[in-house]
Amino acid sequence: MTEARIDRRTFLRIAGMSLGAGALYRVAPGWAADGPGNDMAAAQQRVNGEAVTPFTFVQLSDTHVGFSGPPNPTGTAAFERAVEMVNRLTPQPELVLFTGDLSHESEAPGEHAARMKHFQEIAARVRVSKRRMVPGEHDAGLDGGVLYRSVFGETHYSFDHRGVHFVALDNVSRAKPEVGPEQIAWLRADVARFPPTAPIVVFTHRPLFDLKPEWEWFTRDGDAVMAVLAPYENVTVLYGHIHREDLHSGPHATHYAARSLIFAFPDPAQAADKKPIPFDKEHPFRNLGLRVADAGNRASSRTVRCEEVELSMREYSGTEGFAQLLKPSSL
Amino acid sequence: MPRPFQRAHVVALAAVVALSSPARGGEPRVVEITAKRFEFSPAVVTVKKGETVMLRLRSLDVTHGFFQKDLGIDLEIEPGKVTEMTLTPRVQGRYLTICDHFCGSGHGNMKMTIVVEE
Repeated sequence: MTEARIDRRTFLRIAGMSLGAGALYRVAPGWAADGPGNDMAAAQQRVNGEAVTPFTFVQLSDTHVGFSGPPNPTGTAAFERAVEMVNRLTPQPELVLFTGDLSHESEAPGEHAARMKHFQEIAARVRVSKRRMVPGEHDAGLDGGVLYRSVFGETHYSFDHRGVHFVALDNVSRAKPEVGPEQIAWLRADVARFPPTAPIVVFTHRPLFDLKPEWEWFTRDGDAVMAVLAPYENVTVLYGHIHREDLHSGPHATHYAARSLIFAFPDPAQAADKKPIPFDKEHPFRNLGLRVADAGNRASSRTVRCEEVELSMREYSGTEGFAQLLKPSSL
Repeated sequence: MPRPFQRAHVVALAAVVALSSPARGGEPRVVEITAKRFEFSPAVVTVKKGETVMLRLRSLDVTHGFFQKDLGIDLEIEPGKVTEMTLTPRVQGRYLTICDHFCGSGHGNMKMTIVVEE
C-alpha cells in the first residue's frame, strides 16, 4: 500500500522562525510539489481525511498583561513589539497560538478582567484569521478558570487547520500542575478518529514532561497525556511557562517552549534559583528575541533547526529608548 | 507500571494544633511547618539520613501544596486542618520543596529546603 511507505520523515515539515516572544512555524508537506510528491499527498489525504497544505503559524507566550515589576517595568511593550513584527512577516501567518499566562492575576475587584480585556485589545492587532489560546496558572489558577472561560471560552478544545489537528490542553485550572483524568479521557476520544500518520500539534502552558519539577516545570500527569499520543507519529507539543526557549525530543513527540514576552528565567542547568534574569534598560528586549527555526529537507519531521536573533529595538535604543518604553499604561 | 508520583501517606486531622516535640520512646521527631502566602516556615529543615520524622503542616491562609518529587512528598495543606506525613530520607542532599498549588502572584517563589545530612 502506498500509505505504508509514508513515514514521519516524509510526511510533514515544520519550518519557520520563532519570535523569542514566540515562534513562527511553517507547516508543509515534506516532499516535492510534483511527481511522486503528488502521489504521497493524495495518499495522505485518503488516510487523514485532509491533505496538509503549506501554512505558517506563530506561537506567542507568557505576555502577563498587567504585570509590573523590576524584571520588566515596560509593561506590554515587548508584546506590542512582537505583534508589529508578526504583522510584517512574509508570508503572513494564518494562525496565532497563545500558550498561557496571557494576563497577570490581580485580586482587586474587576482588575483581572480588565487585564484580560487589555490582552484581547493587543492580540486583536495581529493580522491573522485565527487566534487560539490556552490559560496559564496566572490566568486560571486562582478561580479554576471561571473568569478565563467567561472572557476567552473553553480552556481545552481542538480544531483542524489545513490538515493539521490542533489540540489545546489545560494543565493549570486544577491549581495543581495537572491535566486531570477527565481531560485525558476527552483527549483519547478526540484523537481516536485519526490514523497514526496524522499531524497533531498540542499546545498547552506547562511542559508535559519533567523539565525541572522543583521549579514546577512539569505536569504531574504529563506521562499519561503522552501515552495517549504515543500511537501518533507526528506530534509536536508547544508550551510556555518557563520563559525561555527549550527543545526536548521525547519518545513520541518533540516539545518546544517559546520565550516569554515579559521577562526571562535562567537556564535551570546553570542557575541555583528560579529568579528572573534582571532587566537591562540598555537592552530591554534582551532574552525576548527571535528564534529562527527551519527543519528544511535535512531534518526529520520532528526536528527543527534553530537560529537565534535578538528582538530588534529599531526605534528604541539605549537609555533614551528605555524612556520611550516607559509610557503610561492604558489600564 | 509505576505511578508518576509515589503518593505519601497523608493524615489530615481537622482543627488539630500540635506543638513541636522531640523524639520520645520511639516516636518520630515532629517537625512543624507552617505555610502562608508566599512562604514556608521554617525555610530550612534538617533531617539525618535514615531518621524518621513526622512532618506536620498547617496553612495559615489558603490551600497550598507541598511537593518534593525525589523524597516522595506530595501533599495538599488545607487551612483549618493539620496534614501529616512520616518521612525517612535515604539519600543525603538538599531538597528544594515547593508549593505546587497555585496560590497567587508570589506562588512561583514559595519554597523551602529539606537538608538530609549524614
